Amino acid sequence: MKIGVYICECGSNIAGTIDTEKVARSAEPLPKVSVSRVYRYACSEPGQNLITNDIEELGLDRIIVAACSPSMHEPTFRAVLKERGLNPYLLEMVNIREQCSWVHSDKKQATEKAISLLTAAVLRNALQQPLTPKKVGVTNNALVIGGGIAGIQAALDLAEVGYKTYLVEKTPSIGGKMAQLDKTFPTLDCSACILSPKMVDVGRHPNITLLANSEVVEVEGFVGNFKVKIKKKATYVDPVKCTLCDECVPVCPVIIHDEYNENLSPRRAIYIPFPQAVPATYIIEEETCLGIDPLICAKCRDVCGPEAIDFDMKPEIIEEEFGAIVVATGYEAYPIENIGEYGYGSIHNVISGLEFERILSASGPTDGVVRRPSDGKVPKTVVFIHCAGSRDPAKHLPYCSKVCCMYSTKHALQYRHLVHDGTAVNFYIDIRTAGKDYEEFYQRAAEEDGVIYIKGKVSEILEDGDQLLIRGVNTLTSETVEMHADLVVLANGMMPSEGTKKIASMLKLPVDSTGFIREAHPKLKPVDTVISGVFLAGTASGPKDIPETVAHASGAASRASTILAQKELEIDATIANVNEMLCRGCGMCVDSCPYSAIELEAKNSFGHTIKVAVVNEALCKGCGTCSATCLNGAIGHLGYTDNQILAQIKALSQK
Amino acid sequence: MSYEYIKFGKEEREFREKIEEISGENVFSCYQCGKCSAGCMFSDKMDRTVNQQIHRIQMGQKEKVLAANTHWICASCLTCSVRCPRDIDVAAIMEAIREYILREEPEKIIVSELPKEVLERLPNIALVGNFRKMTG
Repeated sequence: MKIGVYICECGSNIAGTIDTEKVARSAEPLPKVSVSRVYRYACSEPGQNLITNDIEELGLDRIIVAACSPSMHEPTFRAVLKERGLNPYLLEMVNIREQCSWVHSDKKQATEKAISLLTAAVLRNALQQPLTPKKVGVTNNALVIGGGIAGIQAALDLAEVGYKTYLVEKTPSIGGKMAQLDKTFPTLDCSACILSPKMVDVGRHPNITLLANSEVVEVEGFVGNFKVKIKKKATYVDPVKCTLCDECVPVCPVIIHDEYNENLSPRRAIYIPFPQAVPATYIIEEETCLGIDPLICAKCRDVCGPEAIDFDMKPEIIEEEFGAIVVATGYEAYPIENIGEYGYGSIHNVISGLEFERILSASGPTDGVVRRPSDGKVPKTVVFIHCAGSRDPAKHLPYCSKVCCMYSTKHALQYRHLVHDGTAVNFYIDIRTAGKDYEEFYQRAAEEDGVIYIKGKVSEILEDGDQLLIRGVNTLTSETVEMHADLVVLANGMMPSEGTKKIASMLKLPVDSTGFIREAHPKLKPVDTVISGVFLAGTASGPKDIPETVAHASGAASRASTILAQKELEIDATIANVNEMLCRGCGMCVDSCPYSAIELEAKNSFGHTIKVAVVNEALCKGCGTCSATCLNGAIGHLGYTDNQILAQIKALSQK
Repeated sequence: MSYEYIKFGKEEREFREKIEEISGENVFSCYQCGKCSAGCMFSDKMDRTVNQQIHRIQMGQKEKVLAANTHWICASCLTCSVRCPRDIDVAAIMEAIREYILREEPEKIIVSELPKEVLERLPNIALVGNFRKMTG
């Protein structure tokens, strides 16, 4: 056995705080060490060549690299071993950067710590065993959860590559929040005009199975082999027979709020969500219909010419296998009723950004004429309050949703286009216009459309006759100010949707402190999750505007393709393994496993049936929780055996 | 607690439009970065900074704008106009405020009524300037 030790200086990242030469010399007298060298950048090609040459010339068979975190460069150096015909699991990395040079300032002590860590690694490395990764097959179908613009884009991209793709949408139509928007910044494109062609493409694509009015209820399995149960709710209208004649709607006796118009207009229990809905069909809403029972009410069925209404329709459970999952479950607008001083919910003419979006829309509750909710009058002064519940870690959302500055500016500009003699006033903290052509759009709103911007927060909104009295501050003049307005629009930010929370918990995806799903790496893996085979598209991982969402979704589809394109996948070999002789079948490991990778199975042992833990090698992430939990020491960890860890502890405890 | 009542009516609009007409500048181009005030060598002598004056013109606050000494301190050195990232001729706006005041309330100096001793001490240029102002 011949161990080669390589100390990386990482420029000054490591060498600035650690005496790398001293560390290298400390390893020379250790057992089995043949060579110990320092190199400026071990990860560079000359650095890798240095190791390659030593393997050939000195006959090294194990390699230790003391450098950065293994999450950065373990794959790089494993590949070096593999190329030279060595088992890649005979590589050991010592993290003397993140765990040593970056966190210490005393060079002497940092050097001592690096020597201790390296010594422990040498003793462990001598005990390491060659491991062989397992291979699993891949189902070449994709599942996209959520039918907003993110899900639509991801599904279209995957389908275009040629993968059979299921798009599951909870509501009766795809389109999501974007379908509710009137126009989109900074180009003022009509939202429906740019979205509906994509929606139609989804409906028609031979590789896409669209499951609207459906929810994912169970996900099992692992990368390449997810087993998913989807519940398709009954719509009670046959989409093939329905001709969209609208005869059923006027006869329906149930009148309720229309969520598509943000509850500003009524709809019936039988309805089509909006004119461009895909799938294009009416549906009966089970929860509000008088009873899906012809004895109670069958007015819609009686007038339906093509006999499309079927009260006997039943929900179905669809079971399918998928190789990769794209989570595109989106956002919800922040509940602004939480901001008591703004009076949303109790003052009629204080509305949300999305409500104003519907009021601006030609397909909205006011047919595109700006009218306020209380009396239908055209407001002459509209106040837009930015950051309503955003950038407020004390009480509301701590973060900036980065779309509200732009949509409030768009609202003010659109209002000025529609009401020429109207005044649009924006109260803001900062104007954030980070996007292509966004700053120009903001300047245009002020310069060409006379939108007024006042830097400062609004403290309260009071009713004063049929007007609103707004009190706040103008921090540019250091004055407290008050003014009258006819309508107030609160620019509320984004928060994770209920669907995002539900799917995150179902797929065991970690979320950040604000509830958005955490990316595998915030910069370098923005569409990956920590669960392999599960990818993120759109606002499920944080606030995004439409261009960013579309790019993110295409990224997710591309990353999912890297799995779907494989015939089989390698599973990392550093996973848990059970010593059946020691296992008592107590099941503590089953309960503690965060990935549900362990099950108890009955086995025959000397004529007796006993239960033992069995690890699903594809599901196991090698986290080691089970090993730590097992009372009998029956579950070990390949690549991190007890004797290897004990050798490390022994080295570290010697001074 | 007292609040400054702000409104955006006819009066406010007319004042803003007059300043814009005289200066030839769009005051809404200003996004309040403050570069004009930052580089103005007389900012410390002004009771309101230059950018505050422009903000108040945006808001149409005529009385507050006219009450400040800012535009009288301004020496029209044009540093602000050269440096403005939005390419606003800020000095022209300061000049417009002065013009506005002069047009609205011209100081009626009747030369023939000035005391003799004042006239003796007065430079000729002041007299010429005075005549010009009245005819402008």
